Amino acid sequence: MKYDVIIIGAGVVGCAVARELSRYPLKIGVLEKEEDVCCGTSKANSGIVHAGFDAESGTLKAKLNVEGNRMMEELSKELDFPFYRNGSLVLCFHKEDEPKLKKLLQRGQANGVEGLELLGKEELQKHEPMVSDEAVAALYAPTGGIVCPFGMTIALAENAYQNGVEFFFDQTVTKIEKTGQNDGMGRYRITAGGESFAADYVINAAGVYADVFHNMVSEEKIHITPRRGAYCLLDKSRPGLVGHTVFQLPGAYGKGVLVTPTVHGNLMVGPTALDVEDKEGNNTTGAELKELIQKAKRSVPGLPMNQVITSFAGLRAHEDGGEFIIGEVSDAKGFLDCAGIESPGLTSAPAIGKMVAGLVADQLQLVEREDFVPERKGILNPAGMEEQDRIRLIQEQPAYGTIVCRCEMITEGEIIDAINRPLGAKSLDGVKRRTRAGMGRCQSGFCSPRVMEILSRERKIPMEDVTKSGGTSRIIQGRNKDRL
Amino acid sequence: MESYDIVIVGGGPAGLAAALAAKKKGVRSILILERDRELGGILNQCIHNGFGLHTFQEELTGPEYAARFAAQVKQEGIAFLLNTMVMDISPDQVVTAMNSEEGLFQISAKAVILAMGCRERPRGALNIPGYRPAGIFSAGTAQRLVNIEGYLPGREVVILGSGDIGLIMARRMTLEGAKVKVVAELLPYSGGLKRNIVQCLNDYGIPLKLSHTVVDIQGKERVTGVTLAKVDENRNPIPGTEETYACDTLLLSCGLVPENELSKGIGVLMNPVTLGPVVNESFQTSVEGVFACGNVLHVHDLVDFVSQEAASAGESAAEYVLGGCSLKKEGPNFQVKAQGGVRYTVPSSIRYDGKRQQQTIRFRVGDVYKNHFISVYLNGRRLIHKKRQIMAPGEMEELNFDLNWISDCPGGGEIRITLEEA
Repeated sequence: MKYDVIIIGAGVVGCAVARELSRYPLKIGVLEKEEDVCCGTSKANSGIVHAGFDAESGTLKAKLNVEGNRMMEELSKELDFPFYRNGSLVLCFHKEDEPKLKKLLQRGQANGVEGLELLGKEELQKHEPMVSDEAVAALYAPTGGIVCPFGMTIALAENAYQNGVEFFFDQTVTKIEKTGQNDGMGRYRITAGGESFAADYVINAAGVYADVFHNMVSEEKIHITPRRGAYCLLDKSRPGLVGHTVFQLPGAYGKGVLVTPTVHGNLMVGPTALDVEDKEGNNTTGAELKELIQKAKRSVPGLPMNQVITSFAGLRAHEDGGEFIIGEVSDAKGFLDCAGIESPGLTSAPAIGKMVAGLVADQLQLVEREDFVPERKGILNPAGMEEQDRIRLIQEQPAYGTIVCRCEMITEGEIIDAINRPLGAKSLDGVKRRTRAGMGRCQSGFCSPRVMEILSRERKIPMEDVTKSGGTSRIIQGRNKDRL
Repeated sequence: MESYDIVIVGGGPAGLAAALAAKKKGVRSILILERDRELGGILNQCIHNGFGLHTFQEELTGPEYAARFAAQVKQEGIAFLLNTMVMDISPDQVVTAMNSEEGLFQISAKAVILAMGCRERPRGALNIPGYRPAGIFSAGTAQRLVNIEGYLPGREVVILGSGDIGLIMARRMTLEGAKVKVVAELLPYSGGLKRNIVQCLNDYGIPLKLSHTVVDIQGKERVTGVTLAKVDENRNPIPGTEETYACDTLLLSCGLVPENELSKGIGVLMNPVTLGPVVNESFQTSVEGVFACGNVLHVHDLVDFVSQEAASAGESAAEYVLGGCSLKKEGPNFQVKAQGGVRYTVPSSIRYDGKRQQQTIRFRVGDVYKNHFISVYLNGRRLIHKKRQIMAPGEMEELNFDLNWISDCPGGGEIRITLEEA
């Protein structure tokens, strides 16, 4: 199959690039090794829209962070995903560290971050009463925000799909060859899942695997280390405990962790940072979880850690140079990297998408399509509807009257939509990321058998074939007494 | 808006018993709201026997026990709605509920009985490290899959937690053809009933490892192994004691949590120990007209006691409704205090109106106590001093308190329950 552009990886960066490229008259394919979008680094991160004071001025990280932050609000409206500008705070625990805080402020200002402000202890306590008494000062960034990383990635993917981008799941890229041809038949031949794809452009948005694909086509090798970060998610039952995203100023005891509300009203703490070998090594360890809780309590001593409902870990794609690598590879024409996309990658993703699409469009001198549809509508949220509208909805579609996930109050109607919409959910995790069914305090204890039933019915597959997250992750292993 | 005298949230054993008792007292207008497809609650998936020894003097299975109550409810013509989720209860007892037939609707009630039961503590609450593959189930979820749907969640199983559901599932999985390799328990004693350890583990040769926990879960898509380690007295894993079991399934039976999101919405006062509402002798919460019973109030071991407790709550709710929305109780009030090894009591207070002779007080202890006395003090005076050979956190204790004792304390005061060494 011949494509103008093949994108490797359906994480937030791959999907953002796909969506931006779909503005142009191009045949675009996305190859993803997992069964769904948003299954790697994009699914396990802080969900923070960084203000942009962290990265050294003049770097791509700094530029794209600030740009992405500015794009986020409009994008969230266009694509109907949850985003909230809650503001962020960087806590400083020692008087002697205050110059560092000031430096951060200056760096932020140089990066173009608006509204930055230094807060004294008193003002800080006023802004965020639950933070530790030990915090002597803080940097306040009103432009900091939070986003649902699944919601954002899925929205980008669905919109790309609406605009004609093809997605191929369970397709692990195993080989990329330069064909040496420039006759429109494809400069690259990509082998994935036994199939062969030809493309003039390859966008490498493969997260922790981006070095593997880069190194297949280039002599200038790059190296990515999976940097693991563990998180704990707390129940919703104490809303308003912490309103801002609370960072810690890097100090003698390491980089610190953040405490943040999520867009859905939970509290989240994380991430730790540990370099690992395994590109799939997203397990948690007792030591990391212990470290995480200790560090988080330094910011907010009253964190109700007995309300943790789940813990998980994600892998950041850290390139040795510590900078985003974005653009055409010098010795591989048409091969564009989006590599080393670690924090602030989620924030930067919309800007990365725009930048990469711009590079391709410039080379090919493309003009935007007139029939590009910029809007996408998400899954209905009945809980947010007016009572009368909700009553009418249930009359028309009774499935919206049946609660399946009682913790998050998710209806059967939402789950059916999640399964049957374009690029719909194929597994329990797919349903969870799209609807939040199973993401609440019982962690799918009650709803998983029901969701399995709905998946089986809607997808017309036997119950035995319902998986947690594709592949061999089957939930049930057989029938009672089948081997007795 | 439709209105009922009593609306009962939950059609499990507590809700059913409360409804029947209220009906018997003369309340005609009762509605049970049940979120599942049938009445009976979690009993429907408890297909083992051992239920009803106290209530019916015979051994029933869970569905049989539930069916007896459900049949009576139907016979009495008590109204119920299935597949109906209660979304909210206002402090003035307007219940907002939803189902696919009636849509979103409101019902006003003179009294509300909370009987929502409990849920299982998930993996995250225990912060168990490792991967997050398929094959990790709470024991109750596995029980539903096996007993209701007929599916086997796994073939080689490790169980963490020796609560009753964990023990029952060890036996069930074995009977259905799975190999249960080990049951690990963090505490130095089991959280389950003694009879369940004997009948579910010992009889099948399944080892129980006390003071052990899961320190790692292997497998990226499906569980491939679970590593256990011994823990020290502070429940921290001891390095060097790790032992890995190849398996495809990990079942978690690590405690139950009363499901009180609705209760919190009404604003009833909660007990931080039970995680259920604070109630008085009439099972009334801090909000007048709102009653609570069963596992939503505190987690029980035996359904017979749930039924008894719920019947009392139902009677009280009936008295409240028939008394013109008042319990009309006058008399001295006594706070019931848990102390010295007693973790909590239900009820938390007793008002003495001279009409009843006896008050049941239920409680749990916080540790294993051998040869200790249960002592009850009324305003500092010891009234009960009863020796018990063994008491354990896994078994609920029950005291019958003679109310005549407090008839000569017109000013009220304090009833203190404590454990004392022999």
